[in-house]
Amino acid sequence: MSLLDIEDLWVRFPTRQGVFDAVRGVSFSLGRERLGIVGESGSGKSMTGRAILRLIRKPGIVEASHVNLEGRDLLELGEREMRAVRGKQISMVMQDPKFSLNPVVTVGEQLMEAYLQHNSGKKFHARKMAIEMLENVSIRDAERVMRAYPHEVSGGMGQRIMIAMMLIPNPKILIADEPTSALDVSVQRQVLNIMDGLVKERGMGLIFISHDLNLVSEFCDRVLIMYSGRIVEVCEANKLHQAQHPYTQGLLNSLPRLDDKRTHLSVLARDPSWSNAPSVRG
Amino acid sequence: MTALEIRDLDVWFGHAHDRVDAVKGANLSVVQGESFGLVGESGSGKSTILRAITGLAPQWSGTIEVEGQALSGAKRYRAFFRTVQMVFQDPYASLHPRHTVDQVLSETLHLHGLDNIDKRVAGLLDDVGLGQRFRFRYPHQLSGGQRQRVAIARALAGEPDILLLDEPTSALDVSVQAEVLNLLADLRTKHGLTYLMVSHDLPVIAHMCDQLAVMRNGEIVEVMSSETLRMGNPKHEYSQELLRASVAPQ
Amino acid sequence: MSDLTLRQWLLADAPTSRRHARLSSLYKGWLTLRTNSMAMVGLTILVLLVFTAVFAPVLAPHDPYSQDLASRLQPIGTEGHLLGTDSLGRDILSRLIYGARITLYIVALVALIAPVAGLLVGTVAGYAGGWADVVLMRITDIFLAFPRLVLALAFVAALGAGIENAVLAISLTAWPPYARMSRAETLTIRSTDYINAIRLQGAGPLRIITRHIWPLCISSLIVRVTLDMAGIILAAAGLGFLGLGAQPPSPEWGAMISEGRRFILDHWWVATVPGLAIFTVSLAFNLLGDGLRDALDPKDDGQ
Repeated sequence: MSLLDIEDLWVRFPTRQGVFDAVRGVSFSLGRERLGIVGESGSGKSMTGRAILRLIRKPGIVEASHVNLEGRDLLELGEREMRAVRGKQISMVMQDPKFSLNPVVTVGEQLMEAYLQHNSGKKFHARKMAIEMLENVSIRDAERVMRAYPHEVSGGMGQRIMIAMMLIPNPKILIADEPTSALDVSVQRQVLNIMDGLVKERGMGLIFISHDLNLVSEFCDRVLIMYSGRIVEVCEANKLHQAQHPYTQGLLNSLPRLDDKRTHLSVLARDPSWSNAPSVRG
Repeated sequence: MTALEIRDLDVWFGHAHDRVDAVKGANLSVVQGESFGLVGESGSGKSTILRAITGLAPQWSGTIEVEGQALSGAKRYRAFFRTVQMVFQDPYASLHPRHTVDQVLSETLHLHGLDNIDKRVAGLLDDVGLGQRFRFRYPHQLSGGQRQRVAIARALAGEPDILLLDEPTSALDVSVQAEVLNLLADLRTKHGLTYLMVSHDLPVIAHMCDQLAVMRNGEIVEVMSSETLRMGNPKHEYSQELLRASVAPQ
Repeated sequence: MSDLTLRQWLLADAPTSRRHARLSSLYKGWLTLRTNSMAMVGLTILVLLVFTAVFAPVLAPHDPYSQDLASRLQPIGTEGHLLGTDSLGRDILSRLIYGARITLYIVALVALIAPVAGLLVGTVAGYAGGWADVVLMRITDIFLAFPRLVLALAFVAALGAGIENAVLAISLTAWPPYARMSRAETLTIRSTDYINAIRLQGAGPLRIITRHIWPLCISSLIVRVTLDMAGIILAAAGLGFLGLGAQPPSPEWGAMISEGRRFILDHWWVATVPGLAIFTVSLAFNLLGDGLRDALDPKDDGQ
């Protein structure tokens, strides 16, 4: 049973030179699984994630046959109902925790607010919940972190706090847009492992947007590869290295590898037919 | 011959009680024509070493020798800038937003006291694979990779011997990264350059460099050849940890 | 070259010369400005103002100084005096038209002096840092601490009443905010990589400040000046009103209000009409300034 079903999604931006299509007719569905979306900058992967939550800023336009969340078309909801969907049913973790947390409010208050926004309840209950969530994301001295301001925590810790905050209302779907790109490699894996564990445990759907093919193949079940606003290939994450599409192969080959010494890296030769081919259903 | 020699280098920011030691007792030496890598996570002090060499981090002690000449303080002379140049990490921040490519390169050539500027600008653009079409564009009309090529052209304008590369591809897509790394490799062969390259990405450093130093918390924990890294034989525990984190389990 | 190809030439992806690149970037800024209808209203009013000032002798129906005591304080719509006459029987419309020259003169002089002084002080303080910064910014603080009109009053009192001295006084009180703004921007700009990069080419402080920092400060300065213009016109009018700016019989708008004040209850138009003129021009500058803020952003390329 699919949680989210998207059919023919377009994101358009009117510009002086005519309409620019950032996403061009993307269709896919998401079950209780970890779905990766990979592509280069400008491929439309982040736009797709934002379009689901209708977070595309004006003058951008989102169009689709439907964006169904358990049978309800999100595009037909009013702005008020949409606000209830955001956070409560679909949450989003952005790239840099520095810009997602309010710098003048303590971590604890922000977590409690996230809880109280979607649940009626006493303050002490919210507090208990917040501490529990921090412990869930492997923060040891949760009490101290509750009192800290965002600038007092490290990048990795900040991103874990963001994940905790996003998971408090118990959403059905988590959209993570490059959640670890701003972090060091060693911290990256730790944060992803925590996110992975929580998503599995709660039977949520995860959309993991990243430019890093290796990371996605490691942490997802299924991968959509996007190129110039369309899906060019869909494959099982563990079979990513046997991908068929020349674009996917090209991306994989352009990475320097420790086990393969070359004087020159292979360069991606772009074929105009890639962007003209119809979008693959994912 | 040694292009770059660093002994007991300490670099710090701030004064007295809020002094932060960014680099502690670093030693390294780069042979002429070699490519040397500095690897570490954010805050390990790897970029700070480059900044101390160029005078952008003024507070340091120890010895820095460039082609046998010892440097002191933050003041650098003209001759230094024609020997050592730097490419910055973020191509979106390293080009003046209101200067065209032509202005950037012409001014640099002018500052180095070179003649025949018009022809040289054209030559530089060809050198970095941009071509003349990009000559009069502003940075916002260029992609990240194109900007980084302009930044490389600017660094090459004074015909330096040593290029300091501060994460030159970390802001770029992997396909563009491959193009820029290939370009840097070609330029090194063509002009006989010496590279000191900083990156957090082990495969990139292993690909580009002959020798590398692993840094943590301002200290160099290990210097090894990239062969050693490829074979998976670093000695220090931290190097092994970094290596494990950057190899994707297949 | 026909219109279409000129447009294409201006919007070219790959400019072929420096001049082409500059014109093309100006044209794109103009296109952005043009989409802002309020800014265009402001610009139109200001163009009309310049036009009026230039062609004042042609446009004005009467001599602004010729008195006719027989037909003094005529109401709006009187035959021959579209906007009525003042207490000395001078045609208000003609005086307004000639007054546009004075207003523009004030605006142009202040716009030349204050921002340039502010830019100089601010960028030098910001780039040099250390004691130069401390000294320059404390001087700025001293000027900021005085109430603006009172300081201007003191200057005019010392230098003597008159339009040039009023301009000088206004400029002297108007530069500190520009200095503060330029300094703040310089502090951000000087630590960027493109400034580091040019330093590594051996560029000296003078070149960095004039060629690299100024061009970036100027756009926000222009916006700020346009937004401040309203205040400057009002200050000039205020000085005129107090009798310390333009001297009678000069048709300066502030002085005209001051003269009309005595009759405001029975002959309201004498003070109201120049008041409306000040209001319109101030508003026009504000509208334009708002539009320029968007158009001068170098990153914007309609993408």
